[in-house]
Amino acid sequence: MIGIKLPVSDDEIRKLKAGDEVSITGVMITARDAAHKYLVETDGEDVRDLLKDSMVYHCGPVVKKEGDKYSFVAAGPTTSIREEPYEGTVIEKYSVRGVIGKGGMGADTLKACGEHGCVYLSAVGGLATTLARSVVEVLDVHKLEEFGVPEAMWVIRVEDFPAVVTMDSHGNSIHDDIEELSRKNYEELLDR
Amino acid sequence: MDRGRLEESFLDLIRRASTVLPPDVVAAMRRGIEAEGDGTSAASSLELMLENANQAKDGKTPICQDTGALLFFVEYGPDFRQKDIEEAARAATVRATELYYLRPNAVDPVTGANSKNNLGDGSPYFHFEQRDEDGLRVRLLLKGGGSENVGAQYKLPDAGLKAGRDLAGVRKCIIDTVYNAQGKGCAPGVVGACIGGDRGSSFACSKQQFLRDLRDKNPDPVLAELEESLAKELNELGIGPSGFGGRTTVLGVKIGRRHRLPACFFVSVSYTCWAYRKAFMTVERGEVSYDWD
Repeated sequence: MIGIKLPVSDDEIRKLKAGDEVSITGVMITARDAAHKYLVETDGEDVRDLLKDSMVYHCGPVVKKEGDKYSFVAAGPTTSIREEPYEGTVIEKYSVRGVIGKGGMGADTLKACGEHGCVYLSAVGGLATTLARSVVEVLDVHKLEEFGVPEAMWVIRVEDFPAVVTMDSHGNSIHDDIEELSRKNYEELLDR
Repeated sequence: MDRGRLEESFLDLIRRASTVLPPDVVAAMRRGIEAEGDGTSAASSLELMLENANQAKDGKTPICQDTGALLFFVEYGPDFRQKDIEEAARAATVRATELYYLRPNAVDPVTGANSKNNLGDGSPYFHFEQRDEDGLRVRLLLKGGGSENVGAQYKLPDAGLKAGRDLAGVRKCIIDTVYNAQGKGCAPGVVGACIGGDRGSSFACSKQQFLRDLRDKNPDPVLAELEESLAKELNELGIGPSGFGGRTTVLGVKIGRRHRLPACFFVSVSYTCWAYRKAFMTVERGEVSYDWD
């Protein structure tokens, strides 16, 4: 298990290889469909400084509000591939060093990871209660009214958040490897 | 039963569906752990999923943050009124959202606004059936969006798959859906398929397969055999838990049927993630019981 502290440098991210198990501590931000569209179409002034050398988490949490204080009740990853049209731009424009989600991403994101020093990390899908316990504090939220709870950009402090690097900055993607392997099995099954 | 108690029962039903992984699913995942073998990363992924389910049950928090679409399947006798049942279920849905058993999940498709309480056009979904005997039976599915996105509908014959209008063609459609899903629908998943029907009734029938117990046997021997052989074959794909590779790609395959028009041959394939959330409730003579704890 490799410990990653946020903010993290380009150099440190480039040392990571597909297959590495990591444990992340620091401040990151949730972003899914509405947020990605927003980050690409605007200058994202409200979150620009937060994103630099940090990570985005593809997550639409269940959030509890007590008084003025928010906390995450359930917070597993959402399917990342929906952000494929945007992610490369987000990585480049905001100097994001890590993208956390599930299911993997495509060629554009993999290319951006190599060009700009970023990795894609998989969290186990459906691990909502366990992962919410790694989110120790909700620091802030952007676009809550406009986007709604799942789509808002939640600024969170995580401690020992577990994930696996599945796409690195050297062109390796475990998702591509599994797809290739299962493709052979699929073709064999169809011909059977 | 008075309206207040009925609403409380629905609230308990929703809580159970969101926070308790059903025993048939847990048993299937344990079998997956055995199949993967000690020390494999696929086995440890499955163990993490079961550990998360334990924590969710103990803490009464959602197994998955995508608490899905609410699908209520209701059978009711002469001592119940459909309108009362629907009102109680809708009120319980709002309260379950306030109590964080549900994420606010109903989004206006035109304006993009979240209704914040899970009520909306067609949300929750209800399927009502009247019956002659007194009492009430409610089966609730919470169907997540990630796994919903990987479902597919085929129109046979399909030239690309070389799939004809027969069971061999149906088999190819199901293999194709699970291959295309990779890890995106949160494998290991459960497949609910329907052969026949029109486009709408076919997908509805595929969803209704998720009301079945993973351990049951299809009463139609031909479909029973197809379900069993496909469950084995799909696990040969090698996609594995979370799509990281392994022997456990599906936990089960369930197939239903609907008579079709001569011109149409649809195969609808729905997929549910391992966080397969369902809860069943029976009300008889004022007593409420749930199928499992």
